[in-house]
Amino acid sequence: MAKVSMVVNGKPVSGEVEPRTLLVHFLRETLRLTGTHVGCDTSQCGACVVHVDGAAIKSCTTLAVSCEGAHVTTIEGLAQGDRLHPMQEAFRDNHGLQCGFCTPGMIMTAVDMVNRKGNRLDETTIRHELEGNICRCTGYHNIVKAVAAGAANMPAKAAAE
Amino acid sequence: MTATGIGAPVRRKEDFRFVTGRGRYVDDINRPGQAYAFFVRSPHAHANIRGIDASAALAHPGVLSVLTGDDIAADKVGGLICGWAIFNKDGSPMRAGPHPALAQGKVRYVGDHVAVVIAETLAAARDGAEKVAVDYEVLPAAADIAAARKSGAPQIHEAAPNNAVFDWHLGDKAATDAAFARARHVTKLEIVNNRLAPNPMEPRAAVGEYDFGSDSFTLYTTSQNPHVARLVLSAFIGIAPEHKLRVVAPDVGGGFGSKIFIYAEETVCVWASRKVGRPVKWTCDRTEAFLCDAHGRDHVTHAELAIGDNNRIIGLRVHTDANLGAYLSTFASSVPTYLYAPLLSGQYDIPAIYAQVDAWYTNTAPVDAYRGAGRPEATFVVERLVEVAARELRMDPAEFRRANFVRTFPHQTPVIMAYDAGDYEASLKKAQEMHDVKGFGARKAASAAKGKLRGLGYSAYIEACGIAPSAAVGSLGAGVGLWESAEVRVNPIGTVEILTGSHSHGQGHETTFAQLVSDRLGIPIDNVSIVHGDTDKVQMGMGTYGSRSGAVGMSAIYKALDKIEAKAKKVAAHVLEASETDIEFKDGKFTVKGTDKAADFGTIALNAYIAHKFSGQELEPGLKESAFWDPTNFTFPAGVHICEVEFDPADGVVRIDRWTAVDDFGKVINPLIVEGQVHGGIAQGVGQALYEGAVYDEAGQLVTASYMDYCMPRADNLPSYNVGMTVTPCPSNPLGIKGCGEAGAIAAPPAVINAITDALGHENISMPATPEKVWRAAQGVVPRQAAE
Repeated sequence: MAKVSMVVNGKPVSGEVEPRTLLVHFLRETLRLTGTHVGCDTSQCGACVVHVDGAAIKSCTTLAVSCEGAHVTTIEGLAQGDRLHPMQEAFRDNHGLQCGFCTPGMIMTAVDMVNRKGNRLDETTIRHELEGNICRCTGYHNIVKAVAAGAANMPAKAAAE
Repeated sequence: MTATGIGAPVRRKEDFRFVTGRGRYVDDINRPGQAYAFFVRSPHAHANIRGIDASAALAHPGVLSVLTGDDIAADKVGGLICGWAIFNKDGSPMRAGPHPALAQGKVRYVGDHVAVVIAETLAAARDGAEKVAVDYEVLPAAADIAAARKSGAPQIHEAAPNNAVFDWHLGDKAATDAAFARARHVTKLEIVNNRLAPNPMEPRAAVGEYDFGSDSFTLYTTSQNPHVARLVLSAFIGIAPEHKLRVVAPDVGGGFGSKIFIYAEETVCVWASRKVGRPVKWTCDRTEAFLCDAHGRDHVTHAELAIGDNNRIIGLRVHTDANLGAYLSTFASSVPTYLYAPLLSGQYDIPAIYAQVDAWYTNTAPVDAYRGAGRPEATFVVERLVEVAARELRMDPAEFRRANFVRTFPHQTPVIMAYDAGDYEASLKKAQEMHDVKGFGARKAASAAKGKLRGLGYSAYIEACGIAPSAAVGSLGAGVGLWESAEVRVNPIGTVEILTGSHSHGQGHETTFAQLVSDRLGIPIDNVSIVHGDTDKVQMGMGTYGSRSGAVGMSAIYKALDKIEAKAKKVAAHVLEASETDIEFKDGKFTVKGTDKAADFGTIALNAYIAHKFSGQELEPGLKESAFWDPTNFTFPAGVHICEVEFDPADGVVRIDRWTAVDDFGKVINPLIVEGQVHGGIAQGVGQALYEGAVYDEAGQLVTASYMDYCMPRADNLPSYNVGMTVTPCPSNPLGIKGCGEAGAIAAPPAVINAITDALGHENISMPATPEKVWRAAQGVVPRQAAE
């Protein structure tokens, strides 16, 4: 067993895990933050996207012990209480989700996209940037609209963390 | 229309929990003392099991138990069932082999369930499974229809000689043959409807729990129909009687048909929970999902269309071979038969139709309903035939369709269905206008100037939804009725809980159903909760598939609301001291005709419970009603989709330039949600047409068992969609709803292929039309400036 410590959603946490434990399982099973999902195991679908030290990563192919000392943000850490993050609000306003399973990863990817690419995102950019996130319900139409709207509503030079 | 009533684009009530990561899916549920299951699966497509040695696995730290087919047989747990009886042409029943939850002596496809290892942790269960030694005698495999039907083919089930499950037919063969004999032109096509893996983003999962104190089980499962799961697990598999088995399907992350069925894994989790005395959890990984979730489609069809004078279709004839996989899944037999052939008339007035369908066992995963289920296969046949026929007759494909549309209703087809309402011309006209079909020639010329090919393809689809009148499906072999139930519980302060047998796994019932109630009772939408997915709360229901939740599920709610209104008027008569016949109810207010006396809904609800204003002998206290709604007909959503593609013959990468969909779903409750269903359906249909294919090699190994090999449509593979509606209300349910869940997946594949073949100028392309196939098909094709 290995001890691992990190800051998750602003809170210092630690746990004893088998060294092979993936970050997503540490989040879901040890911390019971079940908003981060496992959809494919091979880092294609993006349901497991979280931010580690400010960058989007796929937590299903990241060892928990490799995040020692890191700052991790999950979907649960995005809203301020009942006040949704602009990207969460945009997904809700634009019907950018149906079953909701891919949604946390989509939102975390979208926030990262804005952090890297700015607030004005055109359709081509959004579609290209979403290649690592698969949705089976929406056909992406409303996700693309949601990301554009959420990006526009995020503060300029946004930092989600 | 109110802001939250019928027809309003209400933002979804369920979304707050989903966008904040607070959804509760089965894998999010952990029960105290829970152990973990991992399945030992067959690496072979076909093999006898000579022995299983679990000693090393049992010695592995953390492993609690290893259970095999012998154990499940010893406990007399029944096999999985197929709930729809199909009869051969000679009247004999279909030939179905046994389907044990854990293999008994033989495995029949890669991924078949050999044993389950139950351990303290998932890692220990997985490690233990690697230590289970299975002695296989590998047998030759039949991995597709051609191999399965060959003489001397490996025999998969003793019960089905030559691997033939059934040979079934529908329609008047003599009349159809006569139509072909007198045809002026016959169009013929060989069609492969490619095999697909459904791939809801949430993999299946199950937690079984046994309570020794009450001698009862609870199963948390990723199901589209928890009551059907309970019924099958109780009445057929025999795990526990229904009153001792609670099935909970909480938030479910998409289904598309694949979560209708009752699978081995949840059966084993429930059974094993008593055996090991611990809750048992199983969560599918993606490769297991590819191997074991029921696949869809997989038809091979020879199709012919007979055309008589004035370009009128006079006959349609198909011979379809359907691959059902290694075992008959829950509704497998209904898909290539009664969900397929009755749709072969399309939107057209065709006097004679004959369909012959032969179904085969193969050493592959079971094949069952996937979004559209039979109707996409039928629509692909019909819409490819009419498109190619028009081209052969040198007619505009739209005009050829127009010349053959059904124009009067009701319309009895020669293949069971009685279309009740529609206006196919209206959808076609609107779609052509929205798409700017007139501008296509200029766009094609512009593409050609860049060296690119451009094509336009139509799909004028129809589907049968609102599944389905119980007596009708019973007469066709269904083992269940397909009504729906609802219970309306009005609380003393006037808030309302709706208990429904429908199940939402992305469709937004918590919003749409609440809109109906808000509209009808004149109460705020936030005062309405929708309760579903728990057999301890909702007494009975048939679940969600076949675009049935609106047409059937909401009609049940509507009927229960009728009873609520009638009872509330009686209460109001006492409260307002008036005659019941003088009570009127509108916009949430009870009034007395011709007076200014009024009471709001909450006041009447409270009075129903405090019961001070009337005698309990003449009027029962309380305000709670239920209804079962059994439809009188299927519903018939229909529409026209137009796909326009452009590609460079040098690389064959098809880009969808624009997509127009005009659908007639009858009355729409929430256009935001309905349009979302259309978008998602189109994406799945485009996936089938351009990207997806579940492929087995000759030995029966699935070579597309992860997202690295199976191409799921990504955001940059798809366009934005131009979606419009026309409305002819459905006459067979009180709300006029037809259903919208499958339309896109049904309409899209032929629209894409018709567009690609239009661009190519020939018909030699199959699905999925990958860049390699399109590149090969485009060799020698020169972009032309003119649009024909």
